[in-house]
This record gives sequence, C-alpha cells and structure tokens, in this order.
Amino acid sequence: MIRLDNVSKVYTRGARPALDNVSVEIERGDFVFLVGSSGSGKSTFLKLILREERPTVGEVYVAGRHLNRLSSWRVPHLRREIGAVFQDFRLLPNKTVYQNVAFALQVIGKSRREIDQNVPEMLELVGLAGKERRLPHELSGGEQQRVAIARAFVNRPPILLCDEPTGNLDPGTSVGIMRLLDRINRTGTTVLMATHDDEIVDQMRKRVIELKGGHLVRDQDRGVYGLETV
Amino acid sequence: MRLRFIMGEVFNGLRRNSTMALSVVLVTFVSLTFVGAAALTQMQVQQLKDAWYGRVEVSIFLCPQNSLYEQCAGGAVTVAQEDEIRAVLEEGSVADLVDEVYYETREEVYENIVAADDTGVYSQLEAEDLGPVFRVKLADPEQFQVVADATSGLSGVEEVRDQREVFDQLFAFLNAATFVAAGLAGVMMIAAVLLITTTIRLSALSRRRETTIMRMVGSSKSLIQMPFVLEGAVAATAGALLAITGLWLAARYLIEDWLTGSIAWVDYVGREDVWTVAPWLIAIAVGLAGVASFATLGRYTKA
Repeated sequence: MIRLDNVSKVYTRGARPALDNVSVEIERGDFVFLVGSSGSGKSTFLKLILREERPTVGEVYVAGRHLNRLSSWRVPHLRREIGAVFQDFRLLPNKTVYQNVAFALQVIGKSRREIDQNVPEMLELVGLAGKERRLPHELSGGEQQRVAIARAFVNRPPILLCDEPTGNLDPGTSVGIMRLLDRINRTGTTVLMATHDDEIVDQMRKRVIELKGGHLVRDQDRGVYGLETV
Repeated sequence: MRLRFIMGEVFNGLRRNSTMALSVVLVTFVSLTFVGAAALTQMQVQQLKDAWYGRVEVSIFLCPQNSLYEQCAGGAVTVAQEDEIRAVLEEGSVADLVDEVYYETREEVYENIVAADDTGVYSQLEAEDLGPVFRVKLADPEQFQVVADATSGLSGVEEVRDQREVFDQLFAFLNAATFVAAGLAGVMMIAAVLLITTTIRLSALSRRRETTIMRMVGSSKSLIQMPFVLEGAVAATAGALLAITGLWLAARYLIEDWLTGSIAWVDYVGREDVWTVAPWLIAIAVGLAGVASFATLGRYTKA
C-alpha cells in the first residue's frame, strides 16, 4: 500500500538529509506507528506519502502509484485516497460539524445524494450522532478530533495518515480516539500514525517504525515506544 | 454541486472583502470609462472623416481680374487656360486620381458666397472680383498632394486648396484628446490590476484554512482557484457595467440632447456606438482580472 525504496530527502544542498536511505513497506490493512523525536524525519516521511515533497533519491509508491512519476495535476487524485488527520484538527470554525464533514465531499465534486447519505453514517461511526449542528468551538477537543477524523475518512480512503492526532488531548480522551482509529483500521484501512505518545504505543502493541536523525532505526511488529535502539 | 459551491464561495469572498471589492469596482469603472471615451472619440473622428471627406473637394481657384497673387499677374484666367487645366485633370497624369470635376463660374461662386452669408460682410463684393473655381472630387482624398502638385503651377491657377485642411485641426484636437484619455486609461488600468492582485491575495490569505483543507482532501487546483479568479472577474465586470452605464448616459444626455441641440450640423456618435464599445470593455475587465489572478494565485494557493 505504501512503499519507500532507499529514499533520501535533502532540503538544502549540503545540509544533513531529513531522511537518509529509508526503505519501508506497509501492507494494506496495517496499523503502523511512526515514532521518533522532533527532527527525526517523521514529518518528511508523511509529506513524501502525501506528495507535498518529492524524494531527492529513491522511489515512493502509494496506493499503486509511483509518486516520482506522478504529474502534478494527478496529485489531487492521490490525495483522495489518503485521509489526513492533524494535531490541530484544522476544522472550519464557521461551519457546523455536518458542514465540516460535508465540505470534504463537496470540494471533490460528490453529489448531494452521496453527501446526504455518507455524512450521517460517518458521524455515527465516530460517535457524534446528534451533534451535527454544533460549531467546532462548542465541542471538546476529543470531539473536534472526531470531526476531523470523520472528514478525513468520509470519502472512505484506503489510507489514513495521522500526524500526532492525540497531541492536544488528555490521556483519557486519547484512548477514545485510538479506539476509533482501531475501528477504522478493522474496516481494512491502512493507518499510519506519527506520535510521541509512548503510553498509546505501548498499549496498542502494533507495528512500530522508529526514525532517528533521518535513519530508520527500528521496524518491529507488536512493538513498544521506548525500546532500546537496535 | 460544484457550481453552487463556487458561486457560494465567490459571494462569501466578495462580502467578506467588500471594501476591497468596491475599490476594484470603482477603479475599473474609471479606467474603462476612459478607455470607452477614447474609443468613442476615435469613432467620432472616423465618422466625421467618412462624412466630410466624401463631401469635401479640392478647390482650384482660378485667377480673377485683380488678383494680388504673383502667378495671376497676367490678368483673369482665359478660356484656353481653363481648357488646359481641365485637360490635365481629366486626361493627364492625375486623371486616375480624379473622380469628378465641376466648374463653377464666377457668378456661381458669387451666388454661393453671398447666399451662404447672412452677416452682410460679403455684400460689397461683385461677381467680377472673383475668379471661377474647379471643384475636384478625388477618388482617394489622401492623394491630394499629387493633384495639387500637378495643377498649382499651371498658368491661370491662383491657388489650390484642400478643404480638408479646415478639419485637420479639429481632428488633431480629437486625436490629442484620445491620447490623453488612453493615457489616463492606461494608468488607471495598472492601478486596477494592482488592486485586483491585492484583493485576490487578501482573499486567498483569509481563506487559507479552507484552501489547505481542500488541497488535503484532494480537490482539483482549478476548483481551489476558481472562486478567487471569479471574485476578481465579477468585481471588474461590475466596474465595466458601471462604465458602460456612464458612457450611455453621456451619449444620451450630453451628446444626443445637448451637443446635437447646440451644434446640429455635426454627425455625432450616439448610444448605439456605446453598445459597440460595451463588449470590448467587458472583455478588457475580464482580461485585467485574469492577468491579476494568474500573477497572484500560483503563489497563494499551492497545490
């Protein structure tokens, strides 16, 4: 589903590479944690998959597409196959919960009928049924993140990228979000989650990919956060 | 769905940014009014040329009895001289350029002057004081100089005059007015482009959150950019419509009512000429907005 072959990324010539010869393969339906401290290359890793950046060296394949050769006008089609969730939720403050989720479908040209059918289903899935008409500022942080997840997943993309989705949430709320992501993963969706949250990683016991200074230092099934480096 | 989405975004953008939008409307209005005025002035010049050059002739004044001109020292023109001049015009080297030749006798010239004059200034004139005139209609009025050169040296000719000279000053004035209007239009159009650029930039920045999300969920670049492009185009078109209205009112009340009432012998441009100019003004407005959009959007809505 996602494959990086000997990928390096150098932002400014001569500087230390943000990613250095990284090879990773993530299968369809995997749940993968991407861990590492700030500056380890996590963000670059995610940007390469979203094709916000191109690799300096190496090949990137996502959802059957060779991103090195993907022309820029095809990029929107790639992004329709990747849902993205961020630490800061990125909701539209003047739109209701329903409108925020519907927006994602509107702007890729879905019909009214599809929207009316999919949005309530998705709000039900993330546990926000009954709160359709609330505005984001009327919701708790956890609820806002659920809206963001609903928006990312409403188009049923095969891949869900989460960049520190629990970074702004307290531990109890985070557990709820992780249950939701787990449920989404069980529908066959590949979930890749970058995080600092060691408790969550330790509890979930999923595959862990660790980056350090741009190098891949660990790729372990059923891993924990703070294992001594291999 | 998309169309409704785009129109909604355009409307929101214009409303949120209403002062900027209004300034775009006004600047475009003023600049296009100048463009339109310049175009109408040129149309007026062309219309006058068409109307007058067809009527106006080259006049070859022949020597009267007591001419003060040196070339008429030999006295009044003789019949033989007249035949020679006519031969040059009708069979000579310039015959191709000449359409028609009328001969006005000194009595007819006298009639025309005294009859056309109601001030009494010319009432002291006698027909004998005047010379006869060849009125020559040219096939191509621009070829005046060739005909003048061929005839002015002939004996019996007092003076060859192109009556277009009378109008040239008027045309020179109208052309100068066109240049001034076009110059002002140019400056205002630069201001309009800069203002539209700024408007689009502000609009794009204020909606960065939306465009980021759109980009993230995979909407196409054209859908992301279209509302901003249209916003500029709508504001500029509104300016163009105002300019057309202004020109129409000027044509209706200034030209057709007032000018035609006070100086009636001129054939003026009118409302129907404003309609000829109107589509061009709208096209220019949309063009200006387009230039501004593509100069701006690449940078502010990255895909």
